[in-house]
Amino acid sequence: MDRRAFLTNSSAKKKPAPVHSSFRTLSGIAPYTGSWTTNEVIHLLKRTMFGAKKADVDFFSAMTMSASVDYLLNVSPAQTSPPPPIKSFDSAVDTAVATGQTWVNTAPVDSNANKPRRESLKNWWVGLMVNQERNILEKLTLLWHNHFVVEMTDVGNAIYCYQYNDMLRKNALGNFKDFVKAVTINTAMLKYLNNYLNINSAPDENYARELQELFTIGKGADNANAPYSEEDVKQAAKVLTGWAINSSAMAYQFNVNKHDTGNKQFSAFYNNTLITGRTGTDGMLELDDLLTMIFSKDDVSLTICRKLYRWFVYYDIDATTEQNVIAPLAQIFRNSNYEIKPVLSALFKSEHFFDAANQGCVIKNPLDMLVGHCRESNVVFPDVADYTSNYYMWAFINSTVTKMQMELGDPPNVAGWPAYYQQPQFHELWINSDSLPKRNEFSDLMTSTGYSKNGKKLLMDVLAFTSAMPSPQNPNALVSDAITYLLRMPLTQQSRDKIKTDILLGGQANDNYWTTAWNMYVAVPTDTANTNIVTTKLKSLYQYIMRLPEYQLS
Amino acid sequence: MKRRDFIGKAVATTVVPALIGGFSFKGFAADTLLHRVLASAPPMNDNVLVIVRLTGGNDGLNTVIPLDHYSNYYNARTNIAIPQNRVLTLNGFANTGLNPAMSGMQTMFNEGNLGIIQSVGYASPNFSHFRATDIWMSGSDSSEVLTSGWAGRYLDYDYVNFPVGYPNAWMPDPLAIQIGSVTSLALQGASMNMGMSISDPTDFYNFLNGVEDPVPATNAGKELSYIRSVVKQTQQYADVIKTAAERVTVQAAYPDNNSLAAQLKIVARLVKGGLKTRVYMVEAKGFDTHSLQTDAADTTVGRHADLLKGVSDALKAFQDDCTLLGIEEKVVGMTFSEFGRRIKSNSSGGTDHGAAAPVFVFGKNVNAMVLGNSPNLPTTATVNDNIDMQYDFRSVYASLLQNWLCVRDTDLASVMLGNYALLPIIESLSCNITRYTFIGNGNWSDATNWRNNLKPPVVLTGNAEIVIDPIDGGQCVLNITQTVGQGARLTVETNKKFITPGTLDIQH
Repeated sequence: MDRRAFLTNSSAKKKPAPVHSSFRTLSGIAPYTGSWTTNEVIHLLKRTMFGAKKADVDFFSAMTMSASVDYLLNVSPAQTSPPPPIKSFDSAVDTAVATGQTWVNTAPVDSNANKPRRESLKNWWVGLMVNQERNILEKLTLLWHNHFVVEMTDVGNAIYCYQYNDMLRKNALGNFKDFVKAVTINTAMLKYLNNYLNINSAPDENYARELQELFTIGKGADNANAPYSEEDVKQAAKVLTGWAINSSAMAYQFNVNKHDTGNKQFSAFYNNTLITGRTGTDGMLELDDLLTMIFSKDDVSLTICRKLYRWFVYYDIDATTEQNVIAPLAQIFRNSNYEIKPVLSALFKSEHFFDAANQGCVIKNPLDMLVGHCRESNVVFPDVADYTSNYYMWAFINSTVTKMQMELGDPPNVAGWPAYYQQPQFHELWINSDSLPKRNEFSDLMTSTGYSKNGKKLLMDVLAFTSAMPSPQNPNALVSDAITYLLRMPLTQQSRDKIKTDILLGGQANDNYWTTAWNMYVAVPTDTANTNIVTTKLKSLYQYIMRLPEYQLS
Repeated sequence: MKRRDFIGKAVATTVVPALIGGFSFKGFAADTLLHRVLASAPPMNDNVLVIVRLTGGNDGLNTVIPLDHYSNYYNARTNIAIPQNRVLTLNGFANTGLNPAMSGMQTMFNEGNLGIIQSVGYASPNFSHFRATDIWMSGSDSSEVLTSGWAGRYLDYDYVNFPVGYPNAWMPDPLAIQIGSVTSLALQGASMNMGMSISDPTDFYNFLNGVEDPVPATNAGKELSYIRSVVKQTQQYADVIKTAAERVTVQAAYPDNNSLAAQLKIVARLVKGGLKTRVYMVEAKGFDTHSLQTDAADTTVGRHADLLKGVSDALKAFQDDCTLLGIEEKVVGMTFSEFGRRIKSNSSGGTDHGAAAPVFVFGKNVNAMVLGNSPNLPTTATVNDNIDMQYDFRSVYASLLQNWLCVRDTDLASVMLGNYALLPIIESLSCNITRYTFIGNGNWSDATNWRNNLKPPVVLTGNAEIVIDPIDGGQCVLNITQTVGQGARLTVETNKKFITPGTLDIQH
């Protein structure tokens, strides 16, 4: 019997509309030459940063598209070395470190210090996202975390976890081949995928497998049967014997006498490459031989370009996209000897990226949703000096995204979050009957009472957000502009009128009701009664817009 | 392709809202050809299947221990082997025992509520978590990529056209529920995911009915439609779930700090509360034991023992609760993991990705036996040695579908996308259905048109089904008044002619 018929025929026959039809485009990576309006700026910023703040939109609107992309991809060394995480509150745990001081260079003296340290690291990481500079670094670091996964809870040692995070951001825009080497000998990764236990007398294949399957060659949705063989996994494991962790130095080390010095014979997929066994510290060089062999395959560039595409553009890669976008990007990647920046530059400057068909179609992941919300909506965080309160607020974001199935630092497994690989739903996996209500609950909270902790409050500053709009006194313009900044779809005039009338005009017909209320507030901002009138209406307005399903799209 | 269409879909467009109370179906011209007509089609029973996923690849050899090959077992994994005298024994099955952490499941087995299927897997095993999980969830071959899940295809089959026309009088509830916040591939149907995710059945956040603009013909429009469908689904089902949960106030004790137990507690509560949901998915994580899976000094304790104890305690509590709540007759479950682990342990005190492993089935209506032999273990195991499969994992699915969810044998291949040997997992009486099949050409009232001359009674009730399957080129003419009552159904095979000058009275 035709085993596929069930899938194809039944859906075509039974459903009113084919759910998975797609609206693809022929556009490729030729440079985009169209208009550079607020719409395109917001599209670029929502994809490369957490949300598009009005101030950022204004900033990039004053530049050209090409200069904007260059700016976003230009990250200074200082920006990749932010001040490290600290012990953020007084606690009897982790007595080796004073409150307010960083722990990243100090071995813990008590055994249960690692847990609060990992929490500190994760909260600090969210803080970096919330306070991100005008560049792609934070979005990209998160992407690489999803690519080179470790689960920090499994790693245990918080210092290794910090070293991992630091390695991700320092390599995020660098050379991908160097990146893979850094990942391979990173302490957290050595621990997480057990290579620290991989020795000549008992090879452990865990890292050798994921190195090929997930990190470089690829397998899965695009390539169900790995082209390399099981034997290749075993041979690669032998190459990697001896790489371990020096736990007192908290760094990698190479144990010469644990390294398999025999020759390693790879399959026809790797052109029958023989990696000659090396002895002594020369054994370390076999890792370079291995990476040279792996990077000789075009699969690496194709796999990575697909990954970038699914993160920044859309999950559906059809044959046209593969040919017109993925293949030429992969060529650029190889031509540049695996430098990451030229690939991203070509992608973000391409007509494909700005194609209308590719705008607004990414379902925000929970961090994009929450951090983007905070940044776009002028949510005010406690004063920088009050680190205790700030860490609490970042912890609130972390615990909330965890409930929405995105635990920063602890993806569900080594393949990362399913939204970036699981066919056929991909990004849609973020939204279900459990997680969508939680998203609404969060935006409702931020637009109503806010989240309180330690005497401080996280709350959308509706007055600041509104004041930044071009014509806040005009209810038509205000609704329209708010939708422009918060949603990726304009809504029909009918819907905008309904929102305006029902909310800003309190059901009345005359626009002046709002204009008068706003002007009275502006004239005397200290007047509580007037301020309350506009604040109440604005909270309802933004709450309403953020509850629309459109708000989940980027 | 689906072999049949239940009577009912077409009528739903002309007689909406149909299917509430007694529904009389007549008035078509004598020559009206009904390819898709109105359905009486509730499934043949309301049995529930609980799927327990052990994520990470459970080490089957330290879970179900081959006492008949103990020395080979021990030699292959001296650093983690369970001492022979500590293995929990199973009544009547001396060759097989359980990890000492699994006293709950030992009791279940000895009391007739647990079955063990040895060495379940598939040809050319895949060692990637990622890919192996997809294989198990979709029910594909090792080299084949399917984008629907096996349970999703079953739900597609028994609930034709979902979600159009749902919820309705006979299926007011979600088809499948996943406890947690992720929906899995196993519940993916041909074109949509059939699962609803919940983490707390009593607490749903209300959506607002916002403006709803037309969907643009872009990818963004496609995703917008998807999100709106989730809004609608959640609104539709939140109340029925909450109501079901609130009906149940007393349950048996479940262990604390046991995520699987907490999930199963919700399942029992919803089943007892009256949800007609057919499939539940729950999950226990952390089985990827590459290193330090036991304590070095005492292999009966440690990480893997904790994991097994968690599962064992949770299943035992669930079984006790089902008994307390009086739902033990209608609930059966199975465990699975994406793969087993290697025969030989590694020097890190762990085990690497392997192949076949045991599957557990549980519930009052399972056959409490060890199916199959202990795995063959080499005298001197090497790092490449894996456990050969004895049973294809799809045989387990197919057996549950046919003998527990009562999928007809003639339809099984279209759900499973292939033919798989059936296993005696379920006690035999769960799907006893009387079937009347029209195989001739002409009048309903002519007994010779029916298989074995067995004509249905004019009022059909209970566990019974009429199948309209006239010879090619022929037709079935309903020339009498036929009632299809509670619990019964009528099915017209695809591309077969069914003409109704008489009266078809369908009651629910």
